[in-house]
Amino acid sequence: MEKEPILKLRGICKYFPGVRALQDVDFTLRRGEIHALMGENGAGKSTLIKVLTGVYVKDAGEVHIEGHEGSVNIHSPQDAQNLGISTVYQEISLCPNLTVAENMFIGREKSPITNWAKMNKRAGEMLSALDIPASPTMQLGSCSIAIQQMVAIARAVDMECKVLILDEPTSSLDEQEVEKLFKLMRDLREKGVGIIFVTHFLDQVYEVCDRITVLRDGGLVGEYVIEDLPRVELVSKMLGKELDDMAEIKSSESDEEAEAKGDIILEAKGLSSSEGIKPFDFHIRAGEVNGFTGLLGSGRSECVRAIFGADRVTSGTVSVNGKQVKIKKPIDAMKAGIGYLPEDRKRDGIVSELSVRENIILALQVMKGFFKPFSRAKAEAFADEYIKLLEIKTASSDTPIGQLSGGNQQKVILARWLLTNPSYLILDEPTRGIDIGTKIEIQKMALQLAKEGKSVTFISSEIDEMLRTCSRLIVMRDRKVVGELTGSDLTQGKIMSTIAGGDNK
Amino acid sequence: MKYRLNSLIHKQIFIPIAALLVLTLFNLIMDPSFFAITLGTNNVGKAVLTGNLITILDNASELVILAIGMTLVTSASGGQDISVGAGIAIAGSVMLRILCGPEGTADVVKAPVIVAFLACCVVSMLFGAFNGILVAYFKIQPMVATLILFTAGRSIAAWINENRLPVINDPTFAYYGNYIPGVVLPTPVFIAIICVAAIFLILKFTNMGLYSQAVGINPHSSRLNGIDPAVIKLITYVLLGLCVAVAGFIKVSRISSINYSVVAKDIEMDAILAVALGGNPLGGGKFNMAASILGAYVIQFLTTTLFKYNVDSTALPAYKAVVVIILVVLSAPVVREKINRSVKTLKSKKAVKEA
Amino acid sequence: MDKAKIKKGGLSDTNLLLLITIVVFFLMYALAVAFLGQGFLKPQTFFNILNENAALIILSCGMSLVMITGGIDISVGTLTALVCMSCAVLLDFKGGNVTTAVFLALGIGIAYGIVQGFLIAYLNIQPFIVSLAGLFFAKGMTTIVNATQFNVENEEFKALKAIRVYVPGMGSINKKGIYVPAYVEPGVIIALVVVILLFVILKWTKLGRGFYAIGGNQQSASMLGINVKRTKFCAYLMCSVLAGIGGFVYFMHVGSGSPSHAAGAEMNAIASSIIGGTMLTGGVGNIVGTFFGVLSLSTIKNIVSSMGLDESWWTNITVAAMICVFLLVQSLVLRRKAKLNKK
Repeated sequence: MEKEPILKLRGICKYFPGVRALQDVDFTLRRGEIHALMGENGAGKSTLIKVLTGVYVKDAGEVHIEGHEGSVNIHSPQDAQNLGISTVYQEISLCPNLTVAENMFIGREKSPITNWAKMNKRAGEMLSALDIPASPTMQLGSCSIAIQQMVAIARAVDMECKVLILDEPTSSLDEQEVEKLFKLMRDLREKGVGIIFVTHFLDQVYEVCDRITVLRDGGLVGEYVIEDLPRVELVSKMLGKELDDMAEIKSSESDEEAEAKGDIILEAKGLSSSEGIKPFDFHIRAGEVNGFTGLLGSGRSECVRAIFGADRVTSGTVSVNGKQVKIKKPIDAMKAGIGYLPEDRKRDGIVSELSVRENIILALQVMKGFFKPFSRAKAEAFADEYIKLLEIKTASSDTPIGQLSGGNQQKVILARWLLTNPSYLILDEPTRGIDIGTKIEIQKMALQLAKEGKSVTFISSEIDEMLRTCSRLIVMRDRKVVGELTGSDLTQGKIMSTIAGGDNK
Repeated sequence: MKYRLNSLIHKQIFIPIAALLVLTLFNLIMDPSFFAITLGTNNVGKAVLTGNLITILDNASELVILAIGMTLVTSASGGQDISVGAGIAIAGSVMLRILCGPEGTADVVKAPVIVAFLACCVVSMLFGAFNGILVAYFKIQPMVATLILFTAGRSIAAWINENRLPVINDPTFAYYGNYIPGVVLPTPVFIAIICVAAIFLILKFTNMGLYSQAVGINPHSSRLNGIDPAVIKLITYVLLGLCVAVAGFIKVSRISSINYSVVAKDIEMDAILAVALGGNPLGGGKFNMAASILGAYVIQFLTTTLFKYNVDSTALPAYKAVVVIILVVLSAPVVREKINRSVKTLKSKKAVKEA
Repeated sequence: MDKAKIKKGGLSDTNLLLLITIVVFFLMYALAVAFLGQGFLKPQTFFNILNENAALIILSCGMSLVMITGGIDISVGTLTALVCMSCAVLLDFKGGNVTTAVFLALGIGIAYGIVQGFLIAYLNIQPFIVSLAGLFFAKGMTTIVNATQFNVENEEFKALKAIRVYVPGMGSINKKGIYVPAYVEPGVIIALVVVILLFVILKWTKLGRGFYAIGGNQQSASMLGINVKRTKFCAYLMCSVLAGIGGFVYFMHVGSGSPSHAAGAEMNAIASSIIGGTMLTGGVGNIVGTFFGVLSLSTIKNIVSSMGLDESWWTNITVAAMICVFLLVQSLVLRRKAKLNKK
């Protein structure tokens, strides 16, 4: 049964300086369907959503929406709302100190006077119609995140939207809460609303969606009916590797397996953190490069953050070189010879207004101690050495790191940790958002370190890179370790099927 | 030449230097005798140097010392301590209490000055730690957290001396705030120099500067590099407490007594102004200690100049407020962006015309 | 979860803190009656608290407004002094009458509000710095207008100042056995009107709810379609205008101009708001709470001075201790809430 389309995007293009964020993307949403928009980081999902909600203005292409002749122009979030496009973001954009009813109506009333009785009554009707278990007079902040998310949806629905965009609404919900949200989504589908659902959880896509559109590198991969696209194929489409290619990669990579026979450098048992990863075991040997893999949001970063003490550890033990160590804060991990290059470079990595030199020496300086600063000459020597070694492009070592390009910033952070000469280095998404040349350099660097007898954990969204560098992969799904692959199991196909999980129908 | 000038303009220290130049020029034009330094006699008949410049150096001492601590606090915690004036009242009060004993007056100091000074340092650092804990661990905005001591400080000071105004008649105690016999420059100038030297030594031989800037710019990243942001913030407040103690010492020594309700009144405003005048962002992060210190001297220069033209001391805040507003408006990101844009359009228009 | 389990309403942060404040006030007043004798039972004692603090109530209301938006305005105290001095000079030396004095007070408030509001809302400068400059500007201007204290001799104003509003049915019998009706000054009426008006604005208007929304989450508020800049501007404008009105009420109460008038009033206003349950972090607060906050604060001051600790330092230390305690309570309440929400 082919339903009529209510939203058609044709040939959408969006460019940023030096980047082609969207290239000729088509997207069709039909009345009463839940349509998953899938793709890894940088695939263009969020750019497409932002074009649709008026945060960005498209550079080319047409947007057709039911009830409007020809192509419509969306220049602001207000325009999008007027056209009946409503968005619920991952970060709840409501006011926690106001009541549920207020959050549904604030900013929309025409009259300057608030009629509480009327507002509460209407809100109550909406909530019960959508079967949302909340009272209009409750303070929003005292509701669970799931309810808050649903209130945001109720607000969107009440604005008589035809198109509802849910941008990763489930990333902070537990299973029961997700179930409630899905029920609400199905109800809305019955009412004829078209829903665009962005998520990183494959299980959820297969549970609730009717159709999938896959994007990759800013381009359209294809649109599929859910029954026609098994999980493994979905993963391979997202990652850009056809199933046929995989056998051949396997043979070329299998010679790495015999390595990694050194002593165990670090072992973690039953580790879990405040960020909600399930307890996991982990070990790494001298001279080994291993990796955590899984889709975004699967908990791979949270695992290494727990090892480094970056999040609050809630259970488990860590031993380094056979001796148990207490890692409560990053400095403990650093003193135990661990280095961590964080995933979010802007937030956790660079100290933007400090110079390249200061950024390079920061970690070593902290380890050396408060009362023992490096002399200027020594600091410059360190900085110059690594600027040369890693070919960091910067005007001088005095330049603030914020002025460097992403790849060069990443090299500076890498230099920072190399300088501390760690016995175990964690690289969390070191290649994200940087140019190809630098990516390869960083991978080489990881292998080089392993040759020198160091241990490296390498995390990347790109399975290619992981296969090229790691001799052992720990696979994560939904914040749980679901498998460990070594030797001949290290193939694209095997990794993808483990990531996908479930029954591979 | 043009290039050099350009690079100087973009340096942070340019702002206080420019302000200093403007003030100097103004005085040179209005009355060059402003800068005269003569050998005169002080109130005890000793030969000392006198002149406006000496007055500026002398009177700016407390402010310079406070500006040092305020710069660190601003850098690490992204806010300012408004209780320094009240803190000086407490520090001075502790000092006099120890030196005078319970009687409230002393012809000869009842304890070695150094003991009293150390005690007042300890007390001030404790009060600094109180502010620091509220800011670093309870995450209360600095200005609001320090509001508590701002309100209570002068009362605590009065309470320490049972609301008497203790007086020390021992002339040796006055040395620290006035002149040491035989020295032609006032002692506070030397104390300020010692403090400035101390902070530069601290910045050189510890990582205070690096850490507080890192914490102020990006606490997340600092934590992942092994710095504990809360501890660093606390340390800056304790250091400011130490600065307050030294400033309090000078203040009470100047008059060998204390008046709780007026001593160091409004000095917090001047200290914050010194930091702002030094071009340091009040939202925290990068700082330039030399610029702050220079900023403090500029403020005293401004004050002395205004006095010379018979502006009443009580009316001074109004003039300074205008300076503050001009400064913050000019340094507001929104305004800067607008200025940059209009400069650019002007330039492009010019380019078009020339073409 | 089925429908039966839905919490009905529940206590919002605002109401919880309001409740604490009111309970604290009544407890304190009861303690005062119990330990410090019958004086506190006389209606006039209570009304005198109102008479003394009418201006502070108005200032605190303005302060609460900006604190609800997540900001602060510390210029209100010296602004009060400036208004007093300007009106006094106008009445005695410049031949003004009461009407022009009222307009002058309002004018100063509006001018201040526009400048501060513009700098804070549209240029995005930290409220504390702007209002700190405002504080010092008003302080300096007051002495520029007139450097010394003097009592206003204008007859029209003196008549206004002498007006007493008798409260029907309230009064007490004095030592001579004569019934003395209880009274309030006109300023109290103005203060009560302000409290009621602001309560209505905060509760039932788009603007008022906007204040809460901005304080709750500025970014969300703008995504929900609220004009954040304009709303913020309104908050600071209203605060300064209220400082103008409060200044005039203060002027009516003291009948003089002096640079030292209302010294530290901004801190008392902040303290009252905090005690009244307004959160410094914004988004939570209530005008009724602020009203009780002022009453609590002055009751405590009365208690302290009745206990024989009438040296001025005790009141300041008590006030500071009260701010400290309430700040910590708020910090803990917030933390507990955050933890509960995470679960």
